[in-house]
Amino acid sequence: MTIARIASPLVLGALLGLVAFIVFGPLLNLAMWAFAEQWFYPNRLPTGWGFSFWERVFRPRAGAWTSLFNTVLVACAAVALSMALAIPAGYALARQALPARSVIMLLFLLPQAFPNLPIFVNIAAIFYQWGLNGTLVGVVLVHALPGLVYAVWIATATFSAVDRSLEEAARNLGASPLRSFTDITLPQALPGLLAASIFVFLDSIDEFTGTFFVGAPEITTLPLLMFNASMGGNYQVAAITALILLIPSVGFMLVIERFLKADVLSRVGR
Amino acid sequence: MTMSSQAYSLPAPRKRLPRIRLGVLLVLPALTAITLLYALPLMRSLVTAFRDGSGAWTTEHVVRAFSLYGRDMLFSMGVVSASLALIAVMSIAIAGYLTLGATPWAVRVLRWLYRWPLFIPFVVTGQIARSFLATNGMMNNVLVETGLMASSSAQSFLDWRGLVLTFAWKQIPFVTLLLAGAMAAVERSHIEAARNAGASRLRCLFEIVLPQAAPTLWVGLILSMVAMLSVLSVPMMLIAGNPTMMTSMMAHRITYYGDYGIANALGLFSYALTAVTAWFYLRLTLRREAGA
Repeated sequence: MTIARIASPLVLGALLGLVAFIVFGPLLNLAMWAFAEQWFYPNRLPTGWGFSFWERVFRPRAGAWTSLFNTVLVACAAVALSMALAIPAGYALARQALPARSVIMLLFLLPQAFPNLPIFVNIAAIFYQWGLNGTLVGVVLVHALPGLVYAVWIATATFSAVDRSLEEAARNLGASPLRSFTDITLPQALPGLLAASIFVFLDSIDEFTGTFFVGAPEITTLPLLMFNASMGGNYQVAAITALILLIPSVGFMLVIERFLKADVLSRVGR
Repeated sequence: MTMSSQAYSLPAPRKRLPRIRLGVLLVLPALTAITLLYALPLMRSLVTAFRDGSGAWTTEHVVRAFSLYGRDMLFSMGVVSASLALIAVMSIAIAGYLTLGATPWAVRVLRWLYRWPLFIPFVVTGQIARSFLATNGMMNNVLVETGLMASSSAQSFLDWRGLVLTFAWKQIPFVTLLLAGAMAAVERSHIEAARNAGASRLRCLFEIVLPQAAPTLWVGLILSMVAMLSVLSVPMMLIAGNPTMMTSMMAHRITYYGDYGIANALGLFSYALTAVTAWFYLRLTLRREAGA
């Protein structure tokens, strides 16, 4: 009994240490590459550390700034486009009697329910005919597809979580439908809509496949820059770009629970 | 009396009509966008898979896709199945411990630990795996330094094993998050009753908690499967030669040959694989609901 009492925390600690290594080891390895000046086989650790690759990546006209600018611009535009389409659609799907509502909801689910690579390939072929390949507009549109799916589903769930009686009270007091929407419904739905925007933003920042087919080689975003550096064997540049891409992802993971309330999550898909 | 009630009820149907029209109007822009960006390319992918150069219907692309890339299809199915098995086992273990664990500090630490890879993009995961699983990567180095492996037997894991490990690393937190949520929703009184009757924690997990949370596990696994059949960057970064995942082969077919027919025939196969799995899931759910 006493042995078990001493041994079980040790076993637990060892297991948790193993989990920690599996989770953080790969990330640590990546961080090491970002600061390694020299690292040749068979050295276990880099033989030179420093920031010279950071300087190389962030030198003016090195391409990283353009990629970063493209990435943020495309992500903001994708958020604006997806939300502009999803807010009215989500409100209607949550509140209005729509013909074939479940068919519409299903249509907005399908892009995530089936492998999307064939879709991106064929979007690229269609955009080629429309002259949208290699343009920022084309990349924004291809990023808006997964964005729109998230945005419509979360917006619908958010609007159905808003208390209907407050809207009705505002209408009874003489507010116009638009006024009751902007003054009553929208502020209450704001956290959920913000969460949807963050999802779309992150998804766009990380988007690789669509940009690969529609944007490359004219438009380079950070994921493409990272991919090209990695395939070219430049692990330092790839690791630095990867670390930059990690900032929004990890940041979001830490705040996700504040934005997505349980009452909204429980309504997703209804 | 009847007159006045008729007079009041008359405007009602008139008011309902514009309501429906307003709703349709609000949905229309988003619907147009999804039609142009999804339904149209989907149609194109299905049609192109069965059309030859002159526009006549043909099954040649499908036949050639099977003969050229049959090995890649089997490889994809093998990698996806192995990954799903690993994901299922690990997420059941983690979510089970989070739900039934007896040591509060360990539960807290594990809850904090397991989520980290959740939002890491696939491209970054690919790069992480490329450096971690390489011959000189941290995994081999740690195994050698701790004496678990001879330095001479260090080998690169950048093959099907690397793909399985990478997919699992990325997807386990996602499935665990869903599963732990479902397990937390299981009635505590069921668990306590079983515990009082003398059932071990492990038995509780497999006979009480897991059966109730199983539908969520299936959903998580199906979504993971779709993700693995969609992602292009990871197989391109991890696997240099043949056989490789179908996504990689589709991209290859397009960038090097401009051959949409065979690429779309390959896409058809990934749709079919997903559809069959979804059908099994739906049948399972319907049978469960019929039984309940």
